[in-house]
This record gives sequence, structure tokens and C-alpha cells, in this order.
Amino acid sequence: MRARGTALVLAAWLLGMASAIAQPAPDGKRSGFDTMSPRIQAMQRDDQQNPGMLWVADGEVLWNKIFGITFSCAHCHGDAKKTMRGVAAHYPDWDPVEKKPVDLTQRINLCRTRHQLVLPLPPESEEMLGLEAYVAYQSRGMPLAPSAAKELDAPRERGRQQYEQRIGQLNLSCALCHDKLPGHVLAGATIPQGHVNGYPTYRLEWQGMGSLQRRLRNCLSGVRAEPPPFNSTEMIELELYLAARSAGLPLETPAVRP
Amino acid sequence: MSDPSMLDRARRHWLATGLGVGLGIVWRPALALSDELSGALRGFTGGAATREGKVNFDIAPLVENGNTVPITITVDNPMTADNHVQAIAVFNEKNPQREVVSCKLTPRMGRAVVSTRIRLATTQQLVAVAKLSDGSYWTHTVDVVVTLAACIE
Amino acid sequence: MARTLIHAPTAARKGEVVEIRTLIAHPMETGYRAGADGRTLARDIIRRFSCRYNGEVVFSADLYPAISANPYLAFNVVADASGSLTFTWEGDNGFAQTESASITVS
Repeated sequence: MRARGTALVLAAWLLGMASAIAQPAPDGKRSGFDTMSPRIQAMQRDDQQNPGMLWVADGEVLWNKIFGITFSCAHCHGDAKKTMRGVAAHYPDWDPVEKKPVDLTQRINLCRTRHQLVLPLPPESEEMLGLEAYVAYQSRGMPLAPSAAKELDAPRERGRQQYEQRIGQLNLSCALCHDKLPGHVLAGATIPQGHVNGYPTYRLEWQGMGSLQRRLRNCLSGVRAEPPPFNSTEMIELELYLAARSAGLPLETPAVRP
Repeated sequence: MSDPSMLDRARRHWLATGLGVGLGIVWRPALALSDELSGALRGFTGGAATREGKVNFDIAPLVENGNTVPITITVDNPMTADNHVQAIAVFNEKNPQREVVSCKLTPRMGRAVVSTRIRLATTQQLVAVAKLSDGSYWTHTVDVVVTLAACIE
Repeated sequence: MARTLIHAPTAARKGEVVEIRTLIAHPMETGYRAGADGRTLARDIIRRFSCRYNGEVVFSADLYPAISANPYLAFNVVADASGSLTFTWEGDNGFAQTESASITVS
């Protein structure tokens, strides 16, 4: 009786493992979603269970909120479902006034300081995460499509060099784990290809929402390297390269990751 | 097929499957409760006898991150006025404190199913216990392996 | 006021068992973690959740630090009469929040 029960559980467990492994894209790119267990995949897929939706809901309120004495995002941008569709998919992008690449959070802050005439939101603040999640959520399902602006070529190349540079006390580069060893297991966790198609992401480890820069700082601490400050040139250039590297994968914001 | 990378991949696949099978065999036979869990259970039941059965504690046997573990407790019961689940509780073995959650149910629920997300400090045993309206207590004990994220802040 | 997401059907047939899903934004600070200065951060959790259907408690739960941040609770309710479902969360530091949803039962 016990042997039959055990065999049934074994079969279910193996079937569960098999169903969790999806097929990679033709170019071999696989979202981190594919390496997660079915239960965590279900947490992301179901908007009624996805904790990231709490931040998307916050973001919707902030989108319509009048900051300071000026006006809301909605005043200029109207219904985000229409006007923000496709926007997050091509960030980081080139800002012609600042003459440098900016990511989505910097773009939101530039709107705040230039047009809404209010103070920028601090990085990783709950409000910034909410707004960023809400804006990125409007592009959910669309493939990441990096901007083709020529001015981004040199910064993107610098980002690629960072990605392949060995750093830290552990002397590891991003490429070593995420290009050469995805699918292997490090300390009980499967190494993903390291794509950036789900940010901001609800990470179970944080029990909260976080941006790509926060995740990158985790990796850098992990190899015992000093993480560059938020919104430093190196961070943005690395984000720029990573977005191009993940081109074609569908945006999953708000993603859930272990 | 002499392509080395294909053989490598095949070997890794079978190693992983074998490991999964091996771990599966270790986890699921009926488990004896550790002392910590027995004590917590006694506190809930007041010393009354408990039996394994009727309760299904659905939790992944291998957890990617112990900070947020989805669980669902289901009790096989009609939930009528004469025969219903009155309470469900979950206890753990190795967190700083034993209690996880304690629910009160009524027949107006129609089904005795509760889902939530819990924190697990480390690999450990857990027990879900249900109290029925006839005063009986039913349990389901599980063992969970908890891995941690590799690159923590 | 913490952000909540509640999924309860707005309409149901009499006698139908419906699923209710609730999510509330809350850090559920366990009281066992040390802060950056090494001192233990004080416990700050939601301790109790209750669901009332037309005023009567149909489901309640006592939550402990082992419940993850942004607590998720899903359970069932028999749609027996039109009216309101009220959800209450109470916890440390005087935390108290109530949300409602209406249900039409035909």
C-alpha cells in the first residue's frame, strides 16, 4: 500500500518536473520563468495571486495623482493602457537633452523634474517601484525591442565589456555563469540565463518588489565586488547591454522570481 | 552518437532525474513526528488522539526559496452543519516558533480549503491538523527541503 | 492604508461555492531579524484576518511570523444571500484595515 503511494507520488513529482521545462526560443533564449517550479510559475501567471500586482495597483493610483502644485502623469499621457503600451519594451533609451542613455526610472524622474516640477523619487522607493511597475505592466507580453538610436552603440558596447569582465574577490564575470553555465545548479538554485524581461520583479528572497539595479547589486555582492551606486553610468550601460541581450523575450512585468 | 556535449547533457539529465527519484523515495512514507512538533500538536489538541488522514497538506517537497512557500490545506469533509471542519492549524519544526497559522472555519464556507504563503527557515518537518465538529483530530505530516537563493544581498 | 487586492465574485448562483482570494501589502516583520545595526527589529505583523458575510464571521485566521510578507489568503464561501463580504486585518502597532465587496446572489 505504502509502495504504491510512494510510486504515485514519484510519478507525479517527475511529471511535475517535466511540465516545468518549456521549450526555448529559436535563438535559444529562455526566460527565468522556465526554470521555476510550477507553483511559483502559477504565482506569476495568475494576476489574482501575483504579489507584484500590489505595486501595479499602487502605480495606477500614482499615475493619476497630482504631485505638488502641477499635474499628474495622466494629464499629459492620458490612459496609460494606450499611451504606455510598448514604452518599457525599448528602455533604456537615449535622452537627447541629457545626452546619455536613461532607464525607465530615470525617464520617470526626468518627467517629474522637467514637466511636473517636483522632486525626483529616490531609487528603490515604493512609489518609484509602483510607477515603474505600472508603466512596464502596460507592455506585458510584448517582446523586448531595444531602441535603435545610434548614440546607444558605444555605451552598449561598454556595457557588454562590463558583462564579460571578471570582477570581485571571486573573480567571476556575468558571462561565466549566465552565458556558459545556465541550467547548472549553484547552491541549490538553478542558474538562469539572466534575462531582464520581468523588471521590476517580485523576488521571493526580498519578499518585495525590486528593480533590475537592485538585482544587479545582489549579483555584484555575490561575487564580492563593490556594487556601483544606483544610476551610475556603469549601471545604466550594463542595463543597456542586458536589455539588448534579452531582445525578443516577452516582457513579464510584474515577474515573480525565487 | 559520439557528440560529447550531447552525452554530457544526457548524463546530467539522468543524474538529475535519479536524484529527484532518490529524494522522492526519502520523503513520502508515513512520518514519525519530531518532539517539537508533537508538543505543538498537543497544545492544539489538548492531548486528544490524532489520526493521519482526511487532510491533504499540499506543499512543494523541494522549495526554491524559503521566504515565500505557497501551501494549500484541504480537508475531505462535506462542511455541513452536522459535519464540518472547525479549525485547521499548521505547525513547523525548526522556525524560531512552532505556530504558522491557525484558522477557524464554519459550514458557510462550503469547502475546507485554505491557501496561503509561509516562511520556512530551513529543511524541516511540518504538520497540518484539522479539528472536526465531532471532536476528532486529523493530521498530515510533510518533510520539506529548503534551498536558499545563491546570491543574497 | 495598506494596498489590498481582493478577488471575490460580484455575482453567484444560490448555493454556489465561490473562491475568495486576498492579498495585502505588509512587511510581516518577524521580530527575529537583526537590523543593520545588529539590534533585533521589533515584530510588526498582521495577527488576525476575518471574513464576515452579511455581518457573520465565516472564516478567520490567526497569523504568526511564519506567514510571508504581503500575506495571501484564499478560502471558499457558499453564496447563500446577496449582501456584503467584509474583510478585516488587525495586527501589531494598532494596524487595522477593513475592505468590503458586494455580492449578488440569484
